[in-house]
Formats: sequence, structure tokens, C-alpha cells
Amino acid sequence: MANLKNSKSQSMGLHKEVLTGRTQQVFFNPEEAENFFYYGAYDVNFNKRTEIDAMDLSAKQLNDKLHSLMKEGYGSVVVKNPQGKHSLGVGILNKLNLIFEGSLGYFGVGSIDGPVVRITGRVGWSCAENMMAGKVVIEKNAGSCFGAAIRGGDLICKGSVGARTGIDMKGGTIIVGGDAGAFTGFMMQRGRIIVLGDAGINLGDSMYDGTIFIGGKIKSFGSDAIKSKITSDDISWLKRKLKVAEIGSDFDFSKMTKVVAGKKLWNYDALEPSEKKGAI
Amino acid sequence: MCGIAGLIHKGKTVNIGKELQDMLQALKHRGPDSTGFALYGKGNNQGDYIMRFKVGENVAEGSSAVNEEKSVYDARRKEVDKHIRDLGGSIVNDAQLTPYSFRYCINYDKDLMEFSKKIESVEMTEILSLGKSLELVKDIGDASVVSKQYGLDKIKGTHAIGHSRMATESGVDIRSAHPFWGYPFSDVSVVHNGQLTNYWNNRRALENKGMRFMSECDSELIAVYLAQKMRSGASLKDGMQDSLKELDGVFTYLVATKDSLGMAKDTMAAKPMVLYESDDLVALGSEEIAIRTLLPQEIDTYDPYDGEVKVWQI
Repeated sequence: MANLKNSKSQSMGLHKEVLTGRTQQVFFNPEEAENFFYYGAYDVNFNKRTEIDAMDLSAKQLNDKLHSLMKEGYGSVVVKNPQGKHSLGVGILNKLNLIFEGSLGYFGVGSIDGPVVRITGRVGWSCAENMMAGKVVIEKNAGSCFGAAIRGGDLICKGSVGARTGIDMKGGTIIVGGDAGAFTGFMMQRGRIIVLGDAGINLGDSMYDGTIFIGGKIKSFGSDAIKSKITSDDISWLKRKLKVAEIGSDFDFSKMTKVVAGKKLWNYDALEPSEKKGAI
Repeated sequence: MCGIAGLIHKGKTVNIGKELQDMLQALKHRGPDSTGFALYGKGNNQGDYIMRFKVGENVAEGSSAVNEEKSVYDARRKEVDKHIRDLGGSIVNDAQLTPYSFRYCINYDKDLMEFSKKIESVEMTEILSLGKSLELVKDIGDASVVSKQYGLDKIKGTHAIGHSRMATESGVDIRSAHPFWGYPFSDVSVVHNGQLTNYWNNRRALENKGMRFMSECDSELIAVYLAQKMRSGASLKDGMQDSLKELDGVFTYLVATKDSLGMAKDTMAAKPMVLYESDDLVALGSEEIAIRTLLPQEIDTYDPYDGEVKVWQI
């Protein structure tokens, strides 16, 4: 973040949406990033690496172990035998290279801010819910509510995802190599979803803002979700994102459908209570 | 919340009772109130049908039923025995499993609906299952408690479905526990996770067609609905496809017959299901940890999609 300027991010194709209604563009000040860290965050060394066998550990035991390893300066941790257990790797507000060799259950790597996570198996419902920043890569499939309410970071599933992917998302990018289930982008408020395969019924239902790109067929559009023209900026951004995600290198982006909010929801322009107070 | 699980071995007989017990025990946190097993064995070599039935209730929180004296249960059992004989049937083998529940092997070659109506005319008596290979057992407690109580860990078979129940819209008792038998169809059972919002409309319509309901649990509707569909000549898969259009609500359910296992997920996809499929085994559960009890090694699983219906054969 230290050398990132607003102009640089804009030249990369980011922050180009024209947001209307009650959404506002508030960008992170790059100068602040220099000194920004969470209370209790650890100074880790990515070359310091270790492994944990989760076979006989509960979710709490494993999560406590991860924190104690970060405290000791370990920057790269491999977790073996996660066995589809729930709530593994949650609440990591730190830089960390974390690899799960296997599958996670529900709420895996939820509420994280900063780590780079690779999961070699599958994830259950609500993977990376409330993620603030970082990168999560899932090599196989994901369950429903994938990336629910994320605010930032890149969430990548190389396989297919279930229903309500990106529900209530407020930022960041979700990239899906396969298909996505019903209600993808339900009530999303900002951010982008890229699905290289097909999308289920009610795509983008009640979305307030943000953008969804679909590479395959769309079963049906949800309330207030509409098609929009895909631009050259969109295509160059998609190319960069998919290159980073290491999927879809030979994908024909011109065939993608871009879906945005129609902004006709009944209360779309309703003022927030604080805004009302200001107006009075 | 509730947890459901199912598995089918293709062309192989295994210790199906123990396998399902382990799967359901892993889902205990989704529903600790009662547990039910529908196990499909090799078939019955003693008589035409296996009948599992109860003549009383096992009652916990919220149930309007009551526990009764053993002498009351014994009297009702004698009445059931008399009805079987009066209907032209005979009891080949019988076992009392708890004071209120029994397993009979019977010879009977006439109409199953007439038979069921007569047996269930005995006060508080309910046929839990009637079939040539189905053994349906349900009671209060988690999977290990119920399995131990009924000796299920030794039952061998090819496929099974089960349920761990968190009582929400009806009380904690056996009559509201899953699985439900697809009355009056031999060897049909259903487990369900979800809520049906047009339960009463459908129930009234099915009761007008002569179908019976033993509980006020919305899940029973699916079993009776599918039984009625098949009674009208529909295939299991067609009946399941119709259910997605005609049953309203959010649901995922499993259904089993003598030689097949089916799964349906509503169009909202609001209830979970994880599926593992290979050439010789299909296993499903509300959570992957249930499947992991069978397959601890790394496996490929996925969530079936909204509006998806699948049926597998043994």
C-alpha cells in the first residue's frame, strides 16, 4: 500500500464506477496505510514456515494455534487434515501465508483482514464471510453464501459455487471459475463478481450497486438487475484480475454479460438517518 | 435447523446401520432432540413384510402426547395381533424393542392401505414402516442413543437415510421425528430439512384422497405427497420434480425406496446439502463432516444446485 497512489489505482481500471444514490466513493488514503496496523497484529517472517496437523484439533484449538504461531513470527503455515471442520482460520487480522491441505466446513476463513490463503480442497457455506482484505483461493468447489458481506480483497473459487454468492457484499472481488447458484449477488452494494460459467435464477436480485460479469448462461435476472454494455476498461480489468487469479487465461471476454443495478428499488434514494438529519 | 444424511452403496452390502449412526452423530449439533434411521437391508426372508410400529409415545418437551403404563402398551399390542389375524395375515417373527415399539415379520398378500388403516385404528398405534427391506426406527435422543437402544449398529444393508431433529414447529416425540414412511407404499421413506409453507392446503387435499397423517410435522407431507404421486403412476423422480413446483417453502429432502435414493433441493436453495459421488458410493449430508465419517481422506464434494433432483440406484 505504501507506494500506491490514487492515480495509479485509477490507471489500473479501479475506482471508475459512477456511484449514485446513497453510495459514496470513499477511498483509502494510501498515506495512512504506512502506519496502519491492528492492535495485536504480529510482525511475521514469510520465510519462517511450519505445519500443523488439524486431525485431532477442534476449531478453537487450531485457531488459537495459528495465533500463537503468528506471535512467534511464523509467516507461512500449512494446515494438514482440516477434515471439513467448521470455522477454521477465522479472525486473522494479520499478514500470513496460510495453506489448508484439504477441505473446510462452514464459515472457513471468515472475518479475515490481510492473509493470503490457499485451500486445496472444497469449502462449505459462508467461506470468507466479512473478509476485509487479503486473498483466498479455493482449488475446488464452494458452498452457498460464498463471500457473504465481504468488504475487500480477492476471493477466488476455481470450481463452482452455491446459492447467494456475494450476498450483501460491500467491496472486493469474487471470482468463480465454474458456475454460480441462485441469487448470486443478492443485495450486493459494491464490489465485483466474475463468474466464468453459468448463473442460476434471480441473478443480482435487489442489488444496490456493484457489477457482476457472467461468462455463461444466465437462468434469470433478479429484481432490479439489468444488463449493461461491457467496456474496454471492463475487459482490461477482467484480464488483469483473472491473470492474478490464475484462471480463465484463454477466456473470450467479449462474450461476457455485464450486470448492474437498475437503481429502481423502491427505497433506493431514501436517505440514511444521518443524512436526513443533515438535510433538516 | 435439523441435519439429514443419506448414503447408497452400489452393488455392495455393508454395515449400513453403523455408517449412518456415525454420519448422524456428526450432525448432532444440528438437532439433538430426536434421531431417526431408515435402513434398507438385504430383504426379508421371514414373511412378506417387515413392520415396525409403536403403540405409545416417548415424550419430551412440547409434546401433547403422554407416556403410559406398560400394561396399556401390552393390551394395544394384543389388539394389533388380533387385527393382523383378522385381516388374513400371520406373524412369522416378532420382537419387542422398547415397551412401546415392535418389529414384526408378517405374511400378508392383500391391500396395504386397508391393512394399515386397520392396524392404526388401535389407539396411539402408528406403523413406522412397512416394507420388504425397510427398517425404520426413530426415537428421542442422539444417534448413538437411538442406535444402542434398537441395536442398529449391526444392521447390514445397501442404503439408508437419517435425520437428527431440532424440534421447531411441533413437539419432541416419536410421531414428529423423521424419517416418515410413505404411507401406504412399501419401502418408501423421507427425511427433510426446511419448512413447508403450504402444508395445510396440501394436507387437506391429500386427506381428501384417502391419505393419512399421523403428526403435524410439515415433513410428513413430503412422504405422503410422494406416495400419492407414485400411487397415481408417477415415477419417483417425476414425483420429486413435481414437488419442487407444488410444495412451497425452503427445503432439502432425501427419499429412499427399496432400490434407490433420491435428493431434491428447492429453487431458493436455502437449506444445505453436500454431496459426494463415486462409482460405488454416494453420500450426502447437511454438512461435509457427516461424509467425513465415512471418507476421512481428501475427497471431491459439491453442493447440489437450486431446483436440483437426483436419484441413484443400488
